[in-house]
Amino acid sequence: MTTLPAVRVWEYYATILRRTWKTEVVLGLLQPLVFLLGMGLGVGSLVNSRQSSVDALGGVPYVSFLAPGLLATTAMIVGAFESTYPVMAGFKWQGFFEAMAATRLSPMQIVRGMFLWLATRIGIFVAGVGVVLALFPDTRSWGLLLAVPVAVLCGLSFATVIASYAAVCQYDASFNYVQRFIITPLFLFGGAFYPIESLPVALRPIAWITPLWHGVELCRGFSLHTMGFTTALGHFAVIVAYIVVGIAICRRLFIRRLYR
Amino acid sequence: MSDGEAVIEARALVKRFGDFEAVKGVDFRIERGESFGFLGPNGAGKSSTMRMIGCVSPASGGDLRIFGLDPTAHGSRIRARMGVVPQQDNLDSELTVLENLVVYGRYFDIPRSECKARAAELLDFVQLTDRANSRVEPLSGGMKRRVTIARSLINRPELLLLDEPTTGLDPQARHILWDRLYRLKQQGVTLVLTTHYMDEAEQLCDRLVVMDGGRIVAEGSPRQLIERHSSREVLELRFAAGTNADQTTVLAGLGDRQEVLPDRVLIYAVDGEEVLGEVHRRGVPHESALVRRSSLEDVFLRLTGRSLVE
Ligand SMILES: Nc1ncnc2c1ncn2[C@@H]1O[C@H](COP(=O)(O)OP(=O)(O)O)[C@@H](O)[C@H]1O
Ligand SMILES: [Mg+2]
Repeated sequence: MTTLPAVRVWEYYATILRRTWKTEVVLGLLQPLVFLLGMGLGVGSLVNSRQSSVDALGGVPYVSFLAPGLLATTAMIVGAFESTYPVMAGFKWQGFFEAMAATRLSPMQIVRGMFLWLATRIGIFVAGVGVVLALFPDTRSWGLLLAVPVAVLCGLSFATVIASYAAVCQYDASFNYVQRFIITPLFLFGGAFYPIESLPVALRPIAWITPLWHGVELCRGFSLHTMGFTTALGHFAVIVAYIVVGIAICRRLFIRRLYR
Repeated sequence: MSDGEAVIEARALVKRFGDFEAVKGVDFRIERGESFGFLGPNGAGKSSTMRMIGCVSPASGGDLRIFGLDPTAHGSRIRARMGVVPQQDNLDSELTVLENLVVYGRYFDIPRSECKARAAELLDFVQLTDRANSRVEPLSGGMKRRVTIARSLINRPELLLLDEPTTGLDPQARHILWDRLYRLKQQGVTLVLTTHYMDEAEQLCDRLVVMDGGRIVAEGSPRQLIERHSSREVLELRFAAGTNADQTTVLAGLGDRQEVLPDRVLIYAVDGEEVLGEVHRRGVPHESALVRRSSLEDVFLRLTGRSLVE
């Protein structure tokens, strides 16, 4: 019986998670709950009291508009974080990539295994958000069943790019740039909290060319049942393109770093 | 040279990092069942050579075959058949000793249950059975090294690469390791190791090459090297601080050859006691005198003009 190499790399990470999963599950549920209550109740009461705002959101309560975006932003934040320090640990602090490279695993198998793990990691947190959203009538939807896996792909698209960056970084201070110049701006300008049509035209391309907005649109479209097939396909294509190209680049950079 | 089956064959092997040439065209041939050493000081190019053999570093020039295969085309196939103990331990400090071995065995696609069985066997072999379920983090350096060696054996390798297996360990830990490595050799595993300890090289290696500045400067068994490049015995004389250099005239003509080191003067001779007698006859005042057999350290000094361990 042989097991897929990527799965065997994944097992390494899973062995570590076996120790810490309980706290992670609690965190994964608590965070979205707090966020949803805070934003939904606080900002929601402001937004819902203005008819023009409600119209701009497509006639749904603010919390229904916001909630699906939370799937995508959570995926982005987890995907980005997990592909910074934990990836550098594999090169520098723990050296597990170096250990893997000395075995019969190939670079591509190591990279695939890492992304399989990152997808799992993102999936755990996104599923947590999904569970929280299913608790409330305003955010509950069958569309969540599609939105959750799509959000995972959205998070993975960030992971492939940022893990590639981590593979060339020598010092963890470099990760501050990721937070400041990618994650925080996208969190704010990626369409999660308001339709990007509310942004000045000059700022909208930020949303178009990065994967978050496409993920937000897909999650929202599925949850609110407002997405056409071709539009969905377009958004999906952008995310998949990021993943495919990202993995190819990541493989090259891993080879450069590990097989000096 | 003998005509046994070559496990590793290198011709004019070169490793460059940018403009810097770390390995400057080395040739060696290692046979099945042999215990082969790279002896040299820091920066000699030992690790660079080992990493090329380990198929984790592409050669910049020359030709390298391992198990008759080309590392650039068959890295994964070659690595499947060997075990690696890198210069720096890269065990996972968050995992237990046992988990480290099992996870590593899985990289070779060994079934989980088999990994566990082998891990238990190997931990017994390196005398760490009682630590199987403790985390790696608090273990001593010697214990971590033994875990790394156990881990490197999980795929039952035909060839084991050990990069400075005992550097930084206390004498007792080193002797435990030497004993385990000796047993592996008896089991027929081909051992390739690097070291800058001459006693380690003398203990473990059937044959070795002396490396310096990216080049191989001598090759042979420890005994051959000593016979070829040194005399049988050495007289070590210590003088009052700072007066070593002044002794050259009074010591002139003694022994086959002399080396003036910062802390002592070495006189190479077939019979050290005889030279010591002559030193007494000449009435040369010295603080201490010691006659010993020539070692690889002396070979190294002869070949490079420097001591092995500064
Ligand atoms: N990745 C690298 N990049 C640049 N120089 C390196 C690299 N690895 C080793 N070197 C240089 O190559 C030389 C040989 O190093 P190494 O093979 O580690 O020697 P040894 O193991 O004998 O101490 C040293 O001068 C070292 O600084
Ligand atoms: Mg070295």
